[in-house]
Amino acid sequence: MSPVDEWFAAARERRLLVQTCLACGHRQHHPRAVCTRCGRMKRLGWTEAAGTGTVDSFTVVHRAPGPDFDPPYVIARVRLAEGPLLLTRIVGCPPGTVRCDQPVRLDWWARPDGSVLPVFVPEE
Amino acid sequence: MTVAVVGAAESDLGVTGLSALTLQTQAVTRALADAGLRLSDVDGLATSGLARFSTAQLAAELGLRPAWTDSTFAGGAGFEMYVARAVQAIEAGQCSTVVISFGSDQRSAGSRSLAGVVEPWTPEARFEAPYGPLAPISYYAMAAQRYLHCYGAEARVGMAEVAVAAREWALLNPAAYRFGTGPLTAADVTGAPMVSSPLTTADCCLVTDGGGAVVLTSLDRARDLPRPPVVVLGYGEATSQTTMARDDDLLRPGTVDSGRRAFARAGLAPSDVDVVELYDSFTVTVLLSLEALGFCGPGEAAAFVADGRTRPGGSFPLDTAGGGLSYCHPGMYGVLLLVEAVRQLRGECGGRQVAGAEVALAHATGGILSTHATVVLGVDR
Repeated sequence: MSPVDEWFAAARERRLLVQTCLACGHRQHHPRAVCTRCGRMKRLGWTEAAGTGTVDSFTVVHRAPGPDFDPPYVIARVRLAEGPLLLTRIVGCPPGTVRCDQPVRLDWWARPDGSVLPVFVPEE
Repeated sequence: MTVAVVGAAESDLGVTGLSALTLQTQAVTRALADAGLRLSDVDGLATSGLARFSTAQLAAELGLRPAWTDSTFAGGAGFEMYVARAVQAIEAGQCSTVVISFGSDQRSAGSRSLAGVVEPWTPEARFEAPYGPLAPISYYAMAAQRYLHCYGAEARVGMAEVAVAAREWALLNPAAYRFGTGPLTAADVTGAPMVSSPLTTADCCLVTDGGGAVVLTSLDRARDLPRPPVVVLGYGEATSQTTMARDDDLLRPGTVDSGRRAFARAGLAPSDVDVVELYDSFTVTVLLSLEALGFCGPGEAAAFVADGRTRPGGSFPLDTAGGGLSYCHPGMYGVLLLVEAVRQLRGECGGRQVAGAEVALAHATGGILSTHATVVLGVDR
């Protein structure tokens, strides 16, 4: 199984994986075939994310990019406690209340196609 | 450097009903006429976005068999990159006369999508597109949101001023899409329909047809041609990412490196530049670029533009054709930055001419702050 497939398989089990280089300790998202810090390809493994992070930035999307989308919704870059950034959505709050640097925690979005994706909700 | 721009032209702009090939043919032949050269003089060709084999497609259309081509695809920044490659190719003797061109019928063809172009095999297709970002708008929107968070909500006024100033310039340019439409106010910008917050429709560049071309040859030869040569003084570029979660700091784009490299090669500093042509894909792009190129410090761009210095008659003439925001935006705008910079240095700009302009900078950004390329041009001294 490719690292990408492993990541999506874990997401279906509601586990958020962060690819981790077992040689140098670097963590990266999205998963890929090489460590972008040390360049090694052979010792890539995983850390399971604690599920906390902060909003690096966000935008409320007001126009649908396609028929499957129903704006407004919040697209965000979330910085995981483990370090890497992730593109995601902030859910569970009115779009107008999201702020940069706001603490958020992991939740899951089960999509009609059967895939499950990480999303984030405001930390209480 | 020993290479000069000797010709520059636009194709028809706006809503043309013409094909991309026809627009590009117009741009090339008009730029050659401007240079006092003919198609048969061209032995180098650079373009992208036309087809899979962009330069072969265009060469065949024009009846050329070039000895050198470049179709590096870097979005709107590719054209500034081509200037660097063309200088190198001419200096190396691989070719003598290069045409850099672009043309798009995206407005007439209705080919622009809010979702952008996401190739299905890419990581962004699997890890990002399912969330529904607009591409590229939502990425620039996140940069703008972070900008306002770090530098204060009053920076929104500076973002709006970028669009207001662009309109003022467009009102002086009969070729501009918004020519004759009247001025814009900051309230018009912030009050326009929201697309991807904080960016409204008025923070986003136009969607038009259009194209342009520039012709380069050796400075020695340029001095025998009809127009005053515009010398390539320096160039630099940087390439960063295609995914929305890669770059660590949204407020420090690759422009920092591109600009530093171009100024170093030119042996010049930001204070030496008389007229600045920046790719204003979005209002925030201009603020980020002004800071990254060193025209002001980090977080200072909103205050820098707020006094109106970038408007016509101001001390810092910026995007003097009216920019992608109010003049023309055919999808990849970089070549038109070069066309306007050349015309300003030749003193051909009529009511929008910057008096005594001797050094111009053109900086283009492609994709989602993915590619960055800077060219410094100057009069022949």
